[in-house]
Amino acid sequence: MNPIAILLDNGPRLWDGALMTLQLTGLGALIAAAVSPWLALWRAYGHPLAQAPLRLYISFIRGTPILAQLFLVYYGAGQFRAELTSLGLWGFFRDPFNCALLVFAANSTAYQTEILRGGIQGVPRGEIEAARAIGMGRALLLRRVIFPHAYRIAWPALGNEAILLMKASALASVVTVFELMGRTRQVFSRSFDFSVYLWAALIYLAITAAFVVIWRIAERRLSRHLAARAKGAHP
Amino acid sequence: MMDLFAYGDAGWGDEILRGLGMTVRLALVTLPVGLGIGFAIAFASMARNPALRALGVGYTTLMRGLPEILTLFVVYNGAGLALNAAMGWIAPGAGPVDFSPFAAGVVALGMVFGAFAAEVIRGAFAALDPGQIEAGLAVGMRRGQIFWRIKLPQIWRFALPGLGNLWINLLKDTALVSIIALDDLMRMTKVAVGVTKQPFTFYLVACLIYWALCLMSEVVLARLERRANRGVRGLGA
Repeated sequence: MNPIAILLDNGPRLWDGALMTLQLTGLGALIAAAVSPWLALWRAYGHPLAQAPLRLYISFIRGTPILAQLFLVYYGAGQFRAELTSLGLWGFFRDPFNCALLVFAANSTAYQTEILRGGIQGVPRGEIEAARAIGMGRALLLRRVIFPHAYRIAWPALGNEAILLMKASALASVVTVFELMGRTRQVFSRSFDFSVYLWAALIYLAITAAFVVIWRIAERRLSRHLAARAKGAHP
Repeated sequence: MMDLFAYGDAGWGDEILRGLGMTVRLALVTLPVGLGIGFAIAFASMARNPALRALGVGYTTLMRGLPEILTLFVVYNGAGLALNAAMGWIAPGAGPVDFSPFAAGVVALGMVFGAFAAEVIRGAFAALDPGQIEAGLAVGMRRGQIFWRIKLPQIWRFALPGLGNLWINLLKDTALVSIIALDDLMRMTKVAVGVTKQPFTFYLVACLIYWALCLMSEVVLARLERRANRGVRGLGA
């Protein structure tokens, strides 16, 4: 066990893995962030019957292990190879990276939708009534009043979700995507040097810590008007 | 279609059911281990001793920041290496020993569960009404008595929703042990897929079984919560 030597020998490999982890997490979270506001509106304002398929989807995602979802998509696609080929989709499902990204995005979409729904429902009625009273239309109301406030309420929970997604991305190693965990297992299986796991742990913690700091700064920016009010300054 | 899941030699019903049994057993054995770790870490992070407090906070930060699968591999491979080193010390020349995947699963999942549970338990203690503790002191109860008679019976009420979520996460995380070759639901499904070449069908069934487990847990947890709140005005059944 020689921590320094293992890092010098495998540094670039671990760095590649860390970049792949960031790519999987970032893309997955962004795709989910693009879809979830629409679904959150559906969850907050849709007719209970119209919501049923969405609730089923969210319940399924929450009630099953991500690993099982990953196998369902990556290996399961093989069962429909002929159909997928005729649709021109086989090339997409053959690549484990795409499958992992699809599963992570689908997962994060479910969680982000529920978090944002909570945010939307947390916007005080008075703000919405005030906006209506000065003649705001539906779209303007959503853009200027509901979503800005809903995101401020949901911000800390969305940050937690991003960290959970980053941790879940380690599962992609099981379907041969060489992100940080995959690289780490690769190095361990060659060297049997346990210290590579400790380096991986350090890198994961560093990513989390950096993200927490960035997220806090963004949160302060989102609520800077509240900080000014707390100090007693007038706008 | 249905004969694929028949019970017996022809179908995979019995194998999958055995895997499900292993999954449930692993989760049930991990639960008390995780709760024990959770209480120990919660007490450490509430302690007056700063070193203990740093240990508690450090443990929760570390374990909550690492992917569960990394913890599992660290425990599985690390304990294996340590065990073999110890065996080489005690009985040189004896063959390599294997750390059982079940034990590795219990330890790793218990450590993760414990870190999250510690935060839930700490929050529950913080949610207790301080007036009750003052009342206990006022009638001359000792610290131990206050803990056993006032605090402990009540923290369940505050901790139950959080611990319930953790239990559901634990059920799902047990799927990870299939990677270190424990014959749980996930791995038995994989074996069935290898023979039948019907991955979608079998993984979908596995997903549905996990889903059913989680939904049943939610029903039981809702009942437990109602029971825990039965003495509280406005919340009880």
